[in-house]
Amino acid sequence: MYSFDMVRPTSVADAVSALGQEEAQALSGGQTLIPTLKQRLASPSVLVSLTGIAEMQGVCREDSGDLAIGGGTTHATVAAEAASIYPALAKLAGGIGDPAVRNRGTIGGSLANNDPSACYPAAALGSGATIVTNTREIAADDYFQGMFTTALEEGEIITSVRFPVPEAAGYAKFEQPASRFALTAVYVAKYADGVRVAVTGASENGVFRWTEAEAALSSNFSPDAVAGLSLSGDDMISDLHGTGAYRAHLVGVMTKRAVAAAG
Amino acid sequence: MAEVTMKVNGKAVTKSVKGNTLMTDFLRDELRLTGTHVGCDTSQCGACNIHVNGSLVKACTMFAAEADGAEVSTIEGQSAADGTLNVIQQAFQDHHGLQCGFCTPGMVMAAASLLKENPKPSEAEVRDYLEGNICRCTGYHNIVKAILAASGQDVSAIAAE
Ligand SMILES: Cc1cc2nc3c(=O)[nH]c(=O)nc-3n(C[C@H](O)[C@H](O)[C@H](O)COP(=O)(O)OP(=O)(O)OC[C@H]3O[C@@H](n4cnc5c(N)ncnc54)[C@H](O)[C@@H]3O)c2cc1C
Ligand code: FES
Ligand code: FES
Repeated sequence: MYSFDMVRPTSVADAVSALGQEEAQALSGGQTLIPTLKQRLASPSVLVSLTGIAEMQGVCREDSGDLAIGGGTTHATVAAEAASIYPALAKLAGGIGDPAVRNRGTIGGSLANNDPSACYPAAALGSGATIVTNTREIAADDYFQGMFTTALEEGEIITSVRFPVPEAAGYAKFEQPASRFALTAVYVAKYADGVRVAVTGASENGVFRWTEAEAALSSNFSPDAVAGLSLSGDDMISDLHGTGAYRAHLVGVMTKRAVAAAG
Repeated sequence: MAEVTMKVNGKAVTKSVKGNTLMTDFLRDELRLTGTHVGCDTSQCGACNIHVNGSLVKACTMFAAEADGAEVSTIEGQSAADGTLNVIQQAFQDHHGLQCGFCTPGMVMAAASLLKENPKPSEAEVRDYLEGNICRCTGYHNIVKAILAASGQDVSAIAAE
């Protein structure tokens, strides 16, 4: 690792001003950033740790009925505390990586990183969530802009994420057996005004909505509704774990399983 | 450099650390607690598992400066002061849950945190919890058996596979 200093602010305001320094970078759970630093793929001069900021922690149900999760909340906390409010989301959080990763990794870090195989981007896009930062609110539909690319500006911090709670939802993940990331995974959520379907791990452009499946499921919320639908594998990730065509096929299978899980 | 103070296995320590000092390096090189092993250094193997404020974390993927003010426990804190093994360590010995022993500190720390959350896990739950722990020797069966035994469950019917 290159050398850097570490600061641990206790408020969002202090973190924002620390991030104003040259070459400063936010550090949350470090489960992605620390390996990146070890590979010398990042060379910040200051790391601004967000884990000591109380106002970015926790899970709560707002008066509107939405579920709000602080940007610094760990996967383990979401798995435990969101279970009674939004079970599909809690289950997704409880299936990320392994217990030690879940005790450190955070929702804000996952959404800021926007790994094309990560789980939370599918939940945020599939739920039509709102990404709340220190300066603004960003709709999930505008937030994800291709793999490892988001609408965040330099130094902008995800302070919380707001999820409208659906009538039913399910997440089906085909695990890459070594890393436990999604080889391909699908998040399905049914709201009064229609169904949303978000796919991760498949496209070269990162998480995306499968609109044909949304239309089919909005008129008939059952696994059979998507039986005749298919996607092309041309723009899908092809690597040693699976070809684009294989991933395209998995999208259909995982969508059915996600609907079945939603019940 | 910044000064950090934490409790490690019940003992207060204060040291100066660099921003990029990993918890593994702090424990092994500064405190000479070499029971926390570094297998992969890439968050995959769990040999470096420790507890920070009671939760399981990979010490290779956390900075020492982040543990300022924390309660840390490592494998060295698991046995009694006179060296008597705790129930999990004893079960690993009784059920041949280790061969070379390299993965064992991380396995024991993971098992301790599992049994705290779930005192009577099923075999499937044990295997699921150990997702982040890699063992290159045992084939896992005796590790799982040892953890089930440590939880007080009868493992006499489980064959040594
Ligand atoms: C073994 C292993 C298995 C994993 N398996 C999975 C899996 O199955 N599914 C999955 O989805 N993920 C998986 N992950 C990734 C894990 O979920 C990470 O925790 C997550 O992607 C990053 O979160 P973090 O809090 O650790 O962020 P960090 O690593 O601290 O930061 C990541 C990036 O986000 C930025 N950042 C962090 N927080 C904020 C914020 N609040 N606002 C703005 N920017 C911020 C940082 O500057 C950095 O660029 C795995 C990781 C490991 C090591
Ligand atoms: S050394 Fe930390 S997980 Fe392998
Ligand atoms: S006993 Fe040798 S690695 Fe597990």
